[in-house]
Amino acid sequence: MGNRYDIRLSGSGGQGLILMGIILAEAIGIYDGKFVAQTQSYGPEARGGSSKAEVVVSDQEIDYPKALRLDLLLAMNQKSCDDYYMDLKPTGVLLVDSTFVNQIPIPRAYQIPFTRIARDRFKKEMVANIIALGAISWLTPIVSVKAIEAAVLARVPRGTENLNRNALRAGISAAKKVEKTTLLTPSNFLENEDT
Amino acid sequence: MAGVTELIHKYLRHDKKFPHVWCPGCGIGIMLGALIRAIDQCGFAKDEIVLVAGIGCTGRLPVYVDFNTLHTTHGRALTFATGVKLANPKLKVIVVMGDGDAVAIGGNHFIHAARRNIDLTAIILNNSVYGMTGGQFSPTTPYGMRTTTTMFSNVEQAFKISELAVTAGAVFVARGSVYHAKMLDGLLEKAFMKNGFSVVEVVSHCHTQYGRLNRMGTAVEMMQWQKEHAITVEKAAGMADEELADKFKIGVLIDRELPVFQDEYDKVKARAKGISIP
Amino acid sequence: MKRREEYVKKRFNKEKLLQGNEAVVEGALYAGCRFFAGYPITPATEISEVMSQRLPAVDGTFIQMEDEIASMGAVIGASLAGAKSMTATSGPGFSLMQENIGYACIAEVPCVVVNVMRGGPSTGLPTSPAQGDIMQARWGTHGDHPAIALCPSTIRECYELTIKAFNFSEKYRNPVILLLDEVVAHMREKITLGDDRIDIFNRVKPTVPPEWYIPYEDTPFGIPPMANFGEGYRYHVTGLTHDVRGFPTSRPDEIDPFIRRIFRKISQNFSDLQIGESFMTEDADVSVIAYGCVARSAKRAVIDARERGIKAGLLKINTIWPFMRIQVEKVLKTSHCVIVPEMNMGQISREVKRVNKGDAKVFTINKVDSTIITPTEIFNRIREVC
Repeated sequence: MGNRYDIRLSGSGGQGLILMGIILAEAIGIYDGKFVAQTQSYGPEARGGSSKAEVVVSDQEIDYPKALRLDLLLAMNQKSCDDYYMDLKPTGVLLVDSTFVNQIPIPRAYQIPFTRIARDRFKKEMVANIIALGAISWLTPIVSVKAIEAAVLARVPRGTENLNRNALRAGISAAKKVEKTTLLTPSNFLENEDT
Repeated sequence: MAGVTELIHKYLRHDKKFPHVWCPGCGIGIMLGALIRAIDQCGFAKDEIVLVAGIGCTGRLPVYVDFNTLHTTHGRALTFATGVKLANPKLKVIVVMGDGDAVAIGGNHFIHAARRNIDLTAIILNNSVYGMTGGQFSPTTPYGMRTTTTMFSNVEQAFKISELAVTAGAVFVARGSVYHAKMLDGLLEKAFMKNGFSVVEVVSHCHTQYGRLNRMGTAVEMMQWQKEHAITVEKAAGMADEELADKFKIGVLIDRELPVFQDEYDKVKARAKGISIP
Repeated sequence: MKRREEYVKKRFNKEKLLQGNEAVVEGALYAGCRFFAGYPITPATEISEVMSQRLPAVDGTFIQMEDEIASMGAVIGASLAGAKSMTATSGPGFSLMQENIGYACIAEVPCVVVNVMRGGPSTGLPTSPAQGDIMQARWGTHGDHPAIALCPSTIRECYELTIKAFNFSEKYRNPVILLLDEVVAHMREKITLGDDRIDIFNRVKPTVPPEWYIPYEDTPFGIPPMANFGEGYRYHVTGLTHDVRGFPTSRPDEIDPFIRRIFRKISQNFSDLQIGESFMTEDADVSVIAYGCVARSAKRAVIDARERGIKAGLLKINTIWPFMRIQVEKVLKTSHCVIVPEMNMGQISREVKRVNKGDAKVFTINKVDSTIITPTEIFNRIREVC
């Protein structure tokens, strides 16, 4: 399965994970021109409960459409982080919403408080997912910033384009910041735990 | 009589092997006569009429007449009719049902067709019993009556079909009886000409099953009962509830205007195409 | 014709990311569907939602009925009045539709029923996938009746098989059931609509004058021409067993040829109806027979097995009913072992075993825990049996 890139976006219902999945798949598939398959699983709750969306990217037709070993895991709450980090490849990247995720199980993790940024800067928690998309586009090689912006603007309701563009940019600049702080290596991860 | 024969020749299917399935003395034949006369009076072409029916004695009616005829599953006549009407609104869709068909198994479809106000005419022949299956009680069997499934008397209360239709939102509701055949012609004509969901309840009798079990006599005696217990709407207006207790009202119960589904859906189509509606 | 060209141009020149359910709508509209009646149910609701927005724009009609029984009734009525019609539902609603599906079989009314399979029985697992309705699609309604059921496993197939479902229903005058599973229905993939054009088949209408029209007369194909209501051919449509004129009959000499005819119209056209895809089965020692979302896992497993030197192959069946006996028999003859993975307790595997004349060993993978069968599970089974 060499050329697959498997992404899982997880959290709780109402955080906009499925919309994120769709936008990400659209950006990669339509604007960046790769093969994508986007799936989801969710409970009966429209709000709350656990929710996840998965995007599989490949440069050839995709057979198994669900994520296998993850290249990228976004966890928007602690439970999804705990449940899914074991599925990450050794080289896989964990990205968490540090508003809700306090305990980071592995060293290769980026922590960005998406929801707090949404709350503080935009007074709207619902744009946390768009901020996260901005961060993903900066931190991973899988989607270009240009494509994600085009996809976001094509999907969001009319009249909210500016809000969403700004949210996306906020995500990108937050990502730039965390990228400078080197990822924790196993040794300094332990150090970190001591302090 | 010559006029009647002419009408029969015009509207009955001669290639269908008669005799029909109904018992001698049944009220359904009278209703069929009224139906044919009313359609003739309204001047509909045979090709534009779709006659839809459910299952039961009444459900067998369409097979004998020369229209587009549709004999559906039990209780579902109104749903099939809804599809026919919406797919080709130029058609005049008439639905005939029995009481069990319309308000027991098809009760949900009946109230929703009325609520939706689809342009259909529903004619419900109410003989208070399931005749074809051998005389079991129906939702319109009065309390205390004997049927083959209530041999120790019926303990349930009966539906009043017309009043139910009024409450559910039908724009035209009338009740007639097979005894008052002439009046029935007029009620059916009015119903056919109404835009929206119109209901005509036809009080009839089943002397073979219901009448026999309840010692109500022959078809003629049961029609006599209809004569004695029917009160016109006009007359009933001046009567006390106690006087009306064992009577049924005949005539037009309601005739009102409410938005009709097709007209409203035309606006939906315009909106979907981006045409603005005032 | 010109209108279709314009429609194609307008809608279909862009790549889109579509959900299975949305692709079904696109396929239906392309095939000419102009009437949809439905009732909300997870995981098929998106079909209703999109239809309610798209149909009025093309002068079609969407109606949300009071239940699935009513939806199926309205669909049959609309088809009789000349509209290509469809409904979409899931397990519990599909159960409610069965009586009227039988009506469409006996009265030979073209229509398409989408059933997005979810976990069952009863209310079961509304948001989880399963493949438990295979036999219901064949024998769900009572009595002997012909059945056509198609099952897509990709978004492209959702689109194409919906078009084919309409074509088959119009051609054979039979309801066609489209079996999606929750994974395929909710999955999104890239699709370019209208890039390869599938011909549209419309019902054959009578060419004789009304007085000569015999609505249920046998023909060499077993399919009588169909007049729509209001076109001057006043005939009788009934759910009772009928004679060639459409009138109820109880004569054995009229009943028998009628029932045999409605079976014959399907059985003499297997080659037209049966759609499938073989992948490396020619020299395979172990072949997998799969459908729906599981066919995707199976393909991955077969590729993995080949990489490890195991001669594996896949027969993906898109036509569930009529059962693809000839293709399955071929695989049974050429392979030593056949594995049938499915998300039920063994429904298609039963059919495979039925047609197996001791040619191959048939193994099953039955998964009923609400999750899709993974490539690893199929791969492990391949390794086990060879």
